[in-house]
Amino acid sequence: MAEMFDLIKAEKIATRDAYGKTLVQLGGENKDIVVLDADLSKSTKTADFAKVFPKRFINIGIAEQNLMGVSAGLAAAGKIPFASTFAIFATGRAFEQIRNSIAYPKLNVKIAATHAGISVGEDGASHQAVEDVALMRSVPNMTVLVPADAEETSQVIKAAAAYQGPVYIRLGRLALPVLFDSSSYQFEIGKANVLKDGKDAVIIANGLMVAEALKAVNELSGQGCDVAVVNCASVKPLDKQTIIQIAQQTGAVVTAEEHSIIGGLGSAVAEVLSENCPVPLCRVGVNDVFGESGRPDELLVKYHLTAKDIVEAVRRVIAKK
Amino acid sequence: MSDLKEIACRIRQDIIEMLEKAKSGHPGGSLSAADILAVLYFRIMNIDPANPGWPERDRFVLSKGHAAPVLYAALAEKGYFPREELQHLRQTGHFLQGHPDMKKVPGVDMSTGSLGQGISAAVGMALAGKIDQKTYKVYCLVGDGEMNEGLVWEAAMAAAHYKLDNLIGILDFNGLQIDGETEKVMNSSPLSDKWGAFGWNVLEVDGHDISALTDTLEAAKQVQGKPTMIIAKTIKGKGVSFMENQAGWHGNAPSPEQAEAALAELRGEN
Repeated sequence: MAEMFDLIKAEKIATRDAYGKTLVQLGGENKDIVVLDADLSKSTKTADFAKVFPKRFINIGIAEQNLMGVSAGLAAAGKIPFASTFAIFATGRAFEQIRNSIAYPKLNVKIAATHAGISVGEDGASHQAVEDVALMRSVPNMTVLVPADAEETSQVIKAAAAYQGPVYIRLGRLALPVLFDSSSYQFEIGKANVLKDGKDAVIIANGLMVAEALKAVNELSGQGCDVAVVNCASVKPLDKQTIIQIAQQTGAVVTAEEHSIIGGLGSAVAEVLSENCPVPLCRVGVNDVFGESGRPDELLVKYHLTAKDIVEAVRRVIAKK
Repeated sequence: MSDLKEIACRIRQDIIEMLEKAKSGHPGGSLSAADILAVLYFRIMNIDPANPGWPERDRFVLSKGHAAPVLYAALAEKGYFPREELQHLRQTGHFLQGHPDMKKVPGVDMSTGSLGQGISAAVGMALAGKIDQKTYKVYCLVGDGEMNEGLVWEAAMAAAHYKLDNLIGILDFNGLQIDGETEKVMNSSPLSDKWGAFGWNVLEVDGHDISALTDTLEAAKQVQGKPTMIIAKTIKGKGVSFMENQAGWHGNAPSPEQAEAALAELRGEN
């Protein structure tokens, strides 16, 4: 039940901070893990790892193409590289290095990109990746993971390290409510998590939009609307079975992501629904525009990425049933 | 050295035969590198064809991936896979791809084809060797046209920064790229000064002189504290007179008649 997530009291931690801490833990457990950064280690939080394991930390400088190429070479020689920079530079500037040097030979590189989405805030559109999931999802052999909170991030990083092959992990700058508990929550690559069941509609969300979806469900339940929530951190591989089952059960689907509605979670869900069980769908996301400078909370309101926007989308999609 | 010359000549014949059968591919830059690969694979590199994944092996990265035929010919000659496979270059359902694929071909240490990326990966392999305190060397063949790629210089900077003396680059300096002379398409000279300024030890050699190539590579192995770039002056299309120094033979396969003439010349029959 949504009530189990006490969002107001919840401690807030950015997924990038959870990444930094988890890396240090993994570094102690597996000596093959090496970490690379492109002069952003204080922002991406790989500096935590660099302090503890300086010999296994490689700063490549402001050279994202080389960040990916060097990571590929390290993986070809048996290492497990975690390559970090901001999401736009990782997936945009170095797209072809990722495609040809990492994904094509299926090398064991983990691309952990921070500062995804418009919640980057003040730095503005040049630094706000809203296309990264679309880019990474289109590449064969690539796994794409978008965790919703600190606990899920920790589990995602560990799952990526244990998995053999390239993984893209989308992380954020903004402190987010901690939703999950390590004792009761379990992330698995390729599995979606049903956080709340429901019969009138389902919200399929990931990243910071999961907390917004839970807030939306609380508001909707007060209005007599029984809405399910699915956390879909694994965008690729996508848990088609869970999505089809809950879409059939509810007959109306809303997707919610801090990413362009083109090519991300909304598109992935639309592809599954249209081929398997067409039901009304409404996508909440960045509507094919660039972001801008501003406070993250203000931008999330301006770009329609809040619980209120999800509530409205749920009402719209139910009306189409 | 005569054995290496013979091997290089056989590699050149294989290149011509492969490309004629494939009806596409890149003869010029494959022929220019035949002597370099003969020396690397049959004199310099510490490798075991029976165990292509041996962790202690020396690595070779063909950063100018379009010269795949010269690599495949060297690997087949060395015994990594049956020579018959050479006949199936670039054909559907066979493993010798147009550009090297490390997942498909035994002995290929890195998938390449997009220029600039191989040397970047070679830097990663050399870094891994340093982290693990291994003694293997990483050899990387780059093209002179490839010097246009910004990534080459990102990789060059990082290799010198991390003092990767286990990385040895060989620059196939044949002076031509697809659209013509490198100096006219995009002038990257002076290459020796550039690599030196990036912190590399730079050696220059005649890329068709087997003995000089051997000595230069042996010298590069002894260098400490910095990576080495060997600028090997070569002739694009070397060994086939009508292909030599012709940019037009960068990416065109010979017809059966042209292949026959080229093979006759390589066999010393005319």
